Formats: sequence, C-alpha cells, structure tokens
Amino acid sequence: MSKPKSTTVEVRLPTKMGYEKVAMSTASAVAKLMGFPEDRVEDLKTAVAEACINAIEHGNRLNEKLSVGVVLRADTDTLEVKVIDDGKGITAQPVKPDIDRKMHGDEDARGMGMFLIQALVDEAEWVTGSDGNSSYVRLVIKLNKETE
Amino acid sequence: MESETKTHVDQIKSPTGYPVAVLRYEGDIASTSKEAVLGSYEALPRDITKLILLDFTKVDYINSSGIALIIQLLIQAAHSGQTVCIYGLSAHFTKVFTMVGITKYARLFPNQAEALAAL
Repeated sequence: MSKPKSTTVEVRLPTKMGYEKVAMSTASAVAKLMGFPEDRVEDLKTAVAEACINAIEHGNRLNEKLSVGVVLRADTDTLEVKVIDDGKGITAQPVKPDIDRKMHGDEDARGMGMFLIQALVDEAEWVTGSDGNSSYVRLVIKLNKETE
Repeated sequence: MESETKTHVDQIKSPTGYPVAVLRYEGDIASTSKEAVLGSYEALPRDITKLILLDFTKVDYINSSGIALIIQLLIQAAHSGQTVCIYGLSAHFTKVFTMVGITKYARLFPNQAEALAAL
C-alpha cells in the first residue's frame, strides 16, 4: 500500500518586520486543517513568528532586497515548518532566559526567541546551509505526541 | 504591517482605597511598542504611583521583543518600589509569560477585578 503523500505549502515573505504574521496565519490554517487542538496551534504560531523574526532581523539583516522562505509540509500526523533565510546560520544553542539576571541588568532583556521556539514545538533544529549563505530553522509539531 | 500599540491610561482605586494606574494596551506588543509600553509607564507620576496594572485584554499578538519591553518596565518598577500586576492575557500568553519567568516579578490574573482584589 503506498504511503499517503504529504501536502506542501510555500510562502515567501518580504524581509520586513510585521510580515511574520503572514506565516503565522498560514501555519495556523494548515495546523487547523490537520486537526491540531487550539493550544498547539497557538504554540506553533508563536514559534513560527519568532523564527520569521529571527530570519528577518538576523538572517537577512533587515535587507529588504532579500526574502524569507517558509515551507510547510503536512504529513498524516506531523506538520513541519521550515523558515529559510540568507544568513550564515547560528551555532549557539538556545539558552533558557534567566529572569533574575534580566531583572538585575546582568542579562539582556531580549534574546528569548530561540528559547520560545524550542519550548513550544516538538522538534526544533537550526541548520546552516552548506554554502554558508542559506540557513533554516526546522520546526515540527506532532498530532499524536502521546503515542510516540 | 505591525498593528500599532495604543496605550490608554486610567487611574482607579483599589478596594482598599489606594490609587492604581492601569495601562490598557491595544494592538500588537512588539519591538515597535517602546513608546507605548515604556513611554506610557515613564509618564506616570512616580511619586504617587505605587500600584500598576497592565491590561492585555485587547492585545492579540506579543512577540519576544514585546515581552522584553514588559521586562524593562518591570525592572524600572522594581527600582521605584512599585507593584505591578498583569491581567487579560490569553491562555497561550499566560503560558509564555510563565515560561520566561515574568510571574516571579508580576502576578498574572484573568481579569481586572481579580487583579484589584489582590492589591
């Protein structure tokens, strides 16, 4: 019996702050079509927003000549979202924000995006392109997480 | 593309009669919200403002840059000896605020009545 085909949706965003909302809406719509519950949809929206903001601000360095690619792949019980930019990628792993250090001025109040991404989805992976000029973050949420 | 943040300031009284400043946010809370979040807070009369409520009832979208602005507000409030409570967040953003640790410095409530009762 042949494996069900996956469904792919692709969006190309301008490198402008605010356009992450387009990706959020698209991811939300696909997740709802797949039957994800509301709380997981909201988790995914925030993770996608943070990934796109990182791509816009850091990957593409706010260069409006570049664009951010968002590729969603829906399989039977898995939704994968890749957010692709023209940056060199990151090597550091997400660090849990330390609110005490932030409140005492020992840590930048910003910098929570990667932590939120990793905390809100089932899988998060940051990949640097082999040519050094294209990188992506891969986010995955799973429908039947309990049975994994 | 981001919905501009609007802040409306109200002065009310707690059940015990103390003055309370309520900062009511509307729209998105993002990196462009500095004036709406920090500017409106800094405009409060510091000598008489001891209790502050942040109303997120009409906020649909908050990103990590917006959360950072809220943390900066909490830092300034802590230095000024002010108490800040937050209410009106969706279930999702209540979870996010808890994940980043904001609940250690500002209590979260579902609505204004419960936030006031706790002051």
